[in-house]
Amino acid sequence: MNSTATSFVLSPERRDQLHQAAHQIRRDIITAIAVAGDGHPGGALGAAELFAALYFEVMHHNPREPQMPGRDRFVLSNGHICAGLYSALARAGYFPVAELLTHRKIGSRLQGHPARTHLPDMVETSSGPLGQGLSVANGLALAARLDGVQSRVFALLGDGEMQEGQVWEAVMTAAHYKLQNLTMFVSYNRLQIDGAVEDVMGIDPLAAKLESFQWRVVEIDGHDIEAVVAAAQPAPTEDHRPTAVILRTVMGKGVSFMEDKAAWHGGKLSMEQAQQALSGLGPAIGFDDIRHMDGTNVI
Amino acid sequence: MLFSGSADIREGFAKALMELGESNPNVVAMSADLAGSSKVQAFADTFPDQFFQMGISEGDMMGTAAGLALAGKIVFPTTFAVFAASLANQAVRLSIVYNQANVKIAAGHGGITVGGDGATHQAFEDIALMRVLPGLTVVVPADANEAYHATLAVAAMHGPVYLRLARSPHPVFTDPTKAFQIGKAEVLREGADVGIIATGTMVVRALQAAEALAKDGISARVINMHTIKPLDTECVLSCAVDCKAVVTAEEHSVIGGLGGAVAELLAQKQPTPIEFVGVQDTFGESGEPEEILTKYGLSADKIREAAVTAVQRK
Ligand SMILES: Cc1ncc(C[n+]2csc(CCOP(=O)(O)OP(=O)(O)O)c2C)c(N)n1
Repeated sequence: MNSTATSFVLSPERRDQLHQAAHQIRRDIITAIAVAGDGHPGGALGAAELFAALYFEVMHHNPREPQMPGRDRFVLSNGHICAGLYSALARAGYFPVAELLTHRKIGSRLQGHPARTHLPDMVETSSGPLGQGLSVANGLALAARLDGVQSRVFALLGDGEMQEGQVWEAVMTAAHYKLQNLTMFVSYNRLQIDGAVEDVMGIDPLAAKLESFQWRVVEIDGHDIEAVVAAAQPAPTEDHRPTAVILRTVMGKGVSFMEDKAAWHGGKLSMEQAQQALSGLGPAIGFDDIRHMDGTNVI
Repeated sequence: MLFSGSADIREGFAKALMELGESNPNVVAMSADLAGSSKVQAFADTFPDQFFQMGISEGDMMGTAAGLALAGKIVFPTTFAVFAASLANQAVRLSIVYNQANVKIAAGHGGITVGGDGATHQAFEDIALMRVLPGLTVVVPADANEAYHATLAVAAMHGPVYLRLARSPHPVFTDPTKAFQIGKAEVLREGADVGIIATGTMVVRALQAAEALAKDGISARVINMHTIKPLDTECVLSCAVDCKAVVTAEEHSVIGGLGGAVAELLAQKQPTPIEFVGVQDTFGESGEPEEILTKYGLSADKIREAAVTAVQRK
């Protein structure tokens, strides 16, 4: 297995900014899901560093020109954790932060699962039904190659999601077509709805499987933002394999009563629980919390 | 007494499945990482040897179910309707239905009232997709009591079945003592001006509409068409002959579901004005069940309006 490009170092200021972004994404996830009444906080909290790294450091994108030619693309294949994606998009400047309060409500663009029909400029493909995102990412990566553009394609999948057969078809496609411009992240939190991935339907040894499918595989602590940024850098030019980054993550990361509990994959989140979660996370730094349109506090 | 007041339709299925597990070691259940939502966790805990957790792999689950059934088991694979009917469609078509394997697919989240999850998890093409498969029985219970009896009935018959279960709590109104007859519709209310043929969660709304229509001097017959296939053609035909106007109502697209089945029959055998209440040709969205039902035209009011239109078209 390859280790990450250790030579990659962020400046201390940059690292702080990314920490703050990940922290704020966590606060937004809690607030938006509590206002919705229910949702999928666990996996989203575990992917906060990835969202921050991609939207605030790694990806070549432009909120003022969402359809910018040659932009990098992100596919959230495990669409249920979209509260984290929506926060990253809002915080990056794609839409007003207060809109996060409409998540999962009737008439909202911020559907319970990412919907391209509702957010054509920001959601590269609709998702929710698991197992389809990597195939679409492959298509985007093939098109970039056909067009001769440098655009990179990133996809995020859940570890439970790796049980879907279509994922492995797409894993073969990416290797077969040597999609060096494609990076698949797997949020390896070892949990899914019915319990531990290992008990439900084991996927291990995941890194070895992917390597035997001719992928370049990197395994890191998914909450070490510097490691995430490093792992997301382009593969060495002479290596034509697609890259898989196995992110060792914790379901519900940062919220003590949610951490490592499959029950927090999804479900109801009360305002009291949200208050407790937010105080455990600690105050917003570098960003302002979501407020109602009229400026009043939400929680 | 089975269920009363308001109850989760899936609980009727779960209760029957437990009894089946008790009485028949050949009854097997499966889940694709949705054991809680599909209400098979109690079965899994009580009969661990008769339960298979398959993970998030619906196609594989359907194929494995077929294998178990071809070797003599009575198999209940469970997942959401969108995944059973469309994601795993090919495995259902070939391995289960073409083989006439004794598999009873119990699909939750059937319909549009799935809450915040939105369009990706709403199933309103599943009846159409399943109904078109030759030799697949399609059953849509109207409440928890009926789900209980329907589950026992489909287990007792030989052959593949698609059992569609809605998600949201729902009023209980069917007779708890009445056994379920596959393919035999039930006339819940007599009437001669218009026939309302409803299925699943729309049956109770059809009864409400009939009540309102009576006040306007229109007498509506209400039929609970719990089996979409085989369709009770005799019941539909006599309804058309007697009432000369028909409304169909379903928590499903107006294309290809109950409305389609009724229209196919009547166009050939008894041409009759028909109005279709259901989701128009559009995807859904996130929202509270009642908001969604209203926005997408699945209310008692819409059934009443459709009935008035159908009567005018006579
Ligand atoms: C095809 C499909 N089957 C089932 C589901 C229901 N479902 C949503 S999330 C989930 C579990 C996902 O597990 P994992 O990928 O590990 O994500 P995490 O729980 O870590 O967020 C399931 C079964 C789905 N969305 N799509």
